[in-house]
Amino acid sequence: MSFFTELDVSVIAPSLPFLWTGLKFTVTLTLIAMSGGIILGTLLALARLSPFSPLAMAASWYVNLMRSIPLLMVILWFFLIIPLITGYPMGAETSAIITFTAFEAAYYSEIMRAGIQSVSRGQVFAGQAIGMTYAQTMGHIVLPQAFRNMLPVLLTQTIILFQDTSLVYAIGAKDLLKAAEIAGKNYNRPVEMYIFAAVIYFVICFSLSRLVKHLQSRIAIIR
Amino acid sequence: MIEINNISKWYGQFQVLADCSTRIAKGEVVVVCGPSGSGKSTLIKCVNGLESFEQGDVIVDGTSVGSPTTILSKLRSRVGMVFQHFELFPHMSITENLTIGQIKVLGRSKDEALQRGLKLLDRVGLRSQAEKFPGQLSGGQQQRVAIARALAMDPICMLFDEPTSALDPEMINEVLDVMVELANEGMTMMVVTHEMGFARKVAHRVIFMDHGRIVEDATKDDFFGTPRSERAQLFLSKILSH
Amino acid sequence: MNYHWNWGIFLEQVKGGDETYLNWLFTGLGWTLAVAISAWLIALSIGIGIGTLRTAPNKGLAWFAATWVELFRNVPLLVQMFLWFFVVPELLPREWSLWVKQDLPAKEFITATLCLGLFTSARVAEQVRAGIQSLSRGQTMAGLAVGFTLTQTYRYVILPMAFRIIIPPLTSEFMNIFKNSSVAFAIGVMELTFQARQMQEDSEQGIETYLAVTVLYFICAFIANRGMAFLEQRTRVPGFIASAK
Repeated sequence: MSFFTELDVSVIAPSLPFLWTGLKFTVTLTLIAMSGGIILGTLLALARLSPFSPLAMAASWYVNLMRSIPLLMVILWFFLIIPLITGYPMGAETSAIITFTAFEAAYYSEIMRAGIQSVSRGQVFAGQAIGMTYAQTMGHIVLPQAFRNMLPVLLTQTIILFQDTSLVYAIGAKDLLKAAEIAGKNYNRPVEMYIFAAVIYFVICFSLSRLVKHLQSRIAIIR
Repeated sequence: MIEINNISKWYGQFQVLADCSTRIAKGEVVVVCGPSGSGKSTLIKCVNGLESFEQGDVIVDGTSVGSPTTILSKLRSRVGMVFQHFELFPHMSITENLTIGQIKVLGRSKDEALQRGLKLLDRVGLRSQAEKFPGQLSGGQQQRVAIARALAMDPICMLFDEPTSALDPEMINEVLDVMVELANEGMTMMVVTHEMGFARKVAHRVIFMDHGRIVEDATKDDFFGTPRSERAQLFLSKILSH
Repeated sequence: MNYHWNWGIFLEQVKGGDETYLNWLFTGLGWTLAVAISAWLIALSIGIGIGTLRTAPNKGLAWFAATWVELFRNVPLLVQMFLWFFVVPELLPREWSLWVKQDLPAKEFITATLCLGLFTSARVAEQVRAGIQSLSRGQTMAGLAVGFTLTQTYRYVILPMAFRIIIPPLTSEFMNIFKNSSVAFAIGVMELTFQARQMQEDSEQGIETYLAVTVLYFICAFIANRGMAFLEQRTRVPGFIASAK
């Protein structure tokens, strides 16, 4: 195999600090979009389940719209088109953060909706029976249980989100993949850099998916 | 016809079968009973190799089940089996359920298989249901079809693994009737069941199992008349008091 | 908002060419459909094979299938695109490598289709495995008891039922493949997203362009959904209610 003897891994070490900056942005983007997405997603889920039908309908429209178009299109919409409408251009990084939060909220909301519905109605009645308001019942009784039941699914979605952040490549934000590409051009060793980036993605996602498996078995026992 | 010679089986540390031996002659009907978890279902599945075993051997019509050179699918095509939960193939019509084995395993022509299938369907009284799907039949009807499916392969013997225990009480008899008729015709049968009425009516021998062992292996009259083991006596008194 | 609307843009000619922008979008739609549908065929055939192997009694085969799934599931699709496009040709023997780089016809399309197909095969395999495992062990036993070999049991008993059970999750996977095909723009396949960017730069009518392309993606998703619903209805088993597991 001539290929492996030709691989020059020595170029990886000097580019590590640069790649690290890229990875830091990838992780930051993932974490912000995850927290924002779960909060916004939970609100969307509550809206969809609310008895006030215009609100429920608006939320369901938003979720279905986001889920039927490619993420790449959403990224381009937010970066190229929305500034045309608002008149305020945004940097690629800021735009990416807003896009991913808004986009992932739709997916997290479907998970939270399933989670809320997995909590038995008896729990809601029990909360109301001791005099809690709707908001209190949701906040203290239903949502904590929904969140716990759905933790593995939420995490799985986060792994997908982590992988999807690589698509910010399309608007030139400097994430891990973009950093690897630039480093590859600088040293004229794109092959090594792409492989290295792939390995990093794999190691992180694979470890997280093991964690999810572990959580699933733990939660199965608690139930 | 069926020789079970000293078979033992373990699930990890747990021994499910301990040194079980018995013989079933051609034309004989043997009922296997015992409390749940006693290993009777495992034992009957060892006869056609659906469950493996670590020690001993089973010989069916001269063929060793444990031997690595035995082609198990060949052997199984000659041994009919009926399951507790019927296990008809849900995506096939009743006719297809009855013919697929004949066509794909025995290499019969479609016409031949269909004729044989319909004849057996007649026999279990379900000719009118031929074009339906399993999900559209009652449990008792499904189990009768399952018996017909096994018979369609012209088996040399039949294994029944708790054929009536998943059925509603009012459906049990329609299945037992078919089995009694089969026994009276001289079919070699090994039947795991709690239906002691059936055992009294047609069994030649009764085997009682407990904790993976064959505790009692006696003729029907001896078993119901003077069971030797205390456990068998206890089991009988519990079952018959219903 | 001082945006200059021009809904007639689609019928105007592109700069320096005799096509209209509408032609560009339809070319894009054509490539999107071509990539998505060919990749789906690859994903289905390999996914069914790998998913089945994951339930195989042979440890080695099951391990191979599990590794396949983990590999294709844990690396982002875009990174996989780059691996297939820039890295894999370097892995090949020299003559093949040259041929792939210089003479392979429709190189971008073939690479993108293969990549998307293999990526999706891992997801299909997981659905197939779940479908098989949702069937009772008794069904396998019943197949074997009739005298089928293990292969025949899978062919006639297990897979036909598993396939019916997994049609709903497969539907969303089929819709995903249209969405995911947009990633092929990164290696230069002239599909919808590629054409959207090109048209926006060329015409400077961003809003009209992106609205039109978004609607086209919608239509793809809708047709995929209806197609699978039709299949589901056609393969419905009378009297069978899939148990929720």
